[in-house]
Amino acid sequence: MTFYEELKAKGYTRRQFLKFCGIMGAMMGLRQTGVAQIVEALDTKERVHVIWEHFQECTCCSESFIRASHPLVGKILLELLSLDYDDLLMAAAGRVAEETKEASIKKHYGKYILCVEGSIPTGSYGYCTLGGRSAREIFDEEARGAAAIIAWGNCACSGCVQGAHPNPTKARPVHKLISGKPVINVQGCPPIADVMAGVITYYITFGRIPELDGMGRPKMFYARRIHDTCYRRAFFDAGLFVQSFDDENAKKGYCLYYMGCKGPNTYNSCGIIKWNDSVSYPIQSGHPCIGCAEPGYFDQEPFYEHLPSVPGIGIEATADKIGAAATVATLAGVSVHAVVTNIQKRKLIENNTEFPVKEDEVDGI
Amino acid sequence: MKIRRRNLREVYVWQLPVRFFHWINAAAIVVLCITGYIIGDPPAIQSNAEAIHSYWFGYVRLTHLAVGMIFVVNLLFRLYWAFAGNRFARWNNFVPLTRAQWRSIFKTLRVDILLLTDKPVYDIGHNSLAATTYLGLFILSIIQATTGFMMMFVTTNNIMEPVTTWGLQHLGGFFIVRQIHHILMWAFILFMIIHVYLVFYHDYIERNGIASSMIGGWKFIRADVMDDYEKKIKRNRPDDSDPCDEPHE
Ligand code: HEM
Ligand code: HEM
Repeated sequence: MTFYEELKAKGYTRRQFLKFCGIMGAMMGLRQTGVAQIVEALDTKERVHVIWEHFQECTCCSESFIRASHPLVGKILLELLSLDYDDLLMAAAGRVAEETKEASIKKHYGKYILCVEGSIPTGSYGYCTLGGRSAREIFDEEARGAAAIIAWGNCACSGCVQGAHPNPTKARPVHKLISGKPVINVQGCPPIADVMAGVITYYITFGRIPELDGMGRPKMFYARRIHDTCYRRAFFDAGLFVQSFDDENAKKGYCLYYMGCKGPNTYNSCGIIKWNDSVSYPIQSGHPCIGCAEPGYFDQEPFYEHLPSVPGIGIEATADKIGAAATVATLAGVSVHAVVTNIQKRKLIENNTEFPVKEDEVDGI
Repeated sequence: MKIRRRNLREVYVWQLPVRFFHWINAAAIVVLCITGYIIGDPPAIQSNAEAIHSYWFGYVRLTHLAVGMIFVVNLLFRLYWAFAGNRFARWNNFVPLTRAQWRSIFKTLRVDILLLTDKPVYDIGHNSLAATTYLGLFILSIIQATTGFMMMFVTTNNIMEPVTTWGLQHLGGFFIVRQIHHILMWAFILFMIIHVYLVFYHDYIERNGIASSMIGGWKFIRADVMDDYEKKIKRNRPDDSDPCDEPHE
């Protein structure tokens, strides 16, 4: 069954279907002909089979996914995929669920998409086991037969919280454990729902993965920094910063750079697509960006300071404090050197020594 | 009055391009450290002005980026002059490849850093230890410029943008690049303190006019030291025609 037939059978109207295509087209920044392409693809193509695995994660990606901006989008997306296995959302459980998965993998070998939510522990298998098998084992097997892998969220893209120092479970992101398969890193903690929807729709429409950047993220959603799309940017250039969360400047909505905003370091679409039906995003709500779409953001503590603490040297040691201490030490060092020079070289300074030059004594090039 | 140094010879060591490079470089580094520090830790300024009337933080960044470009071009020029300049400006001063340079480095450490003996190390241009620190500073500058460009070209249409963004992403993202760039600022500050102190130290101990030499280009070297040096050059490199004490650009 094609996607549209499936929808029709479920009682959606043609109008609702076209609306969905329009929204997705706009989201991906396609032109009108692109929207037509979406319509055509969904009209004629088979549904894509998806295996969706949950490893070490908190399910916020799934939470985000089912709350796409327009209710229609969320609903339709779930129809859009033939979600053959998702231990969170599927009705079946236990042996039945596992059998469904096995059957689907066998039937659609080489054609299905593997969606991975969560990181994969490479330490003890005990850290994450599903149906008696380790996450690593399951992943390796399913990845082998997948046409492409979508890594949802920071866990699957770069380890997120579990992967933070000291990483007790030795959590690894998807792209570190597989090679030779296209991996789409859909970054964020969680990723923006519409971004997730956009990535899937793109794959279904064009039959290939979207163009990726150097970190494997789809360029159409991750090409710009939050800083460059932030509506508070004018305050940054004007040097008007919030200095504490309860000051007058915070009320006026000034820039949160001084409060440790990681917007200047973070590639994501929060400033454009926003969250929760495009209502707001963290900065708009008065909270600095914590950079959740960047690798290793959890090790960039404290969140409310511009520069992270230097690991291993006490809690509050930022680079600037260490630098200032080194500067003071150096100043003290040269001062001591100056004093010792005057003592040690007193004879020389008072001209009581002569050094005749010996043959071939001069150095230098 | 008792004096230690008679028969001095004026020697032209730093050519005009080297001196220009030096002071542009020094000024640029001072400005880049100040503006960079402000970018990293902006001072609290309360203002009732509308953002539209103010752009001071933008100007601080503009200054940083503009001076950053000057800094890089200046550095590239010095790289060229390392092949076109006189014997004291040439690249091989800075790269300790010969046994003699290493011997000189250890001697300088003993005499001038650890203050173990009085007998000075005789060298005309850079001493080998100082020259090696300049190589370090040069490498530091390249890293600083690279990380700076990575941050600067992001979301611009610069032709270098694909390259620098690729680099930024392969280094592990913005966080790490910004942190490297920020931490290295302190390396420049430490260099400045030690460098300026040691210039003063040498001027005080050796009385060769080294501090002013970076302004006028001339040093005052004992004639017998200079003779020995010239003899050595004649013996080791008979067809080296680069004179030691003539201003030639
Ligand atoms: C001696 C050389 C330099 C020093 C000491 C220096 C220092 C700094 C510091 C401390 C920061 C603040 C980092 C932070 O956000 O915590 C910074 C930012 C920056 N620097 Fe430099 N820098 C130098 C050279 C350059 C050069 C050559 C360039 C490129 C032209 C450059 C481009 C930048 C850019 C683009 C930023 C980020 C500005 C922003 O976040 O808006 N820097 N620099
Ligand atoms: C403020 C930052 C400064 C920086 C970053 C700096 C950097 C440098 C560099 C890179 C060189 C190598 C020059 C070359 O051959 O191209 C150099 C040499 C030199 N600088 Fe500076 N300089 C600074 C300040 C000063 C000051 C204030 C003085 C003295 C008044 C000074 C005096 C000299 C002298 C005499 C040399 C050559 C002697 C030697 O081999 O050590 N510099 N400096």
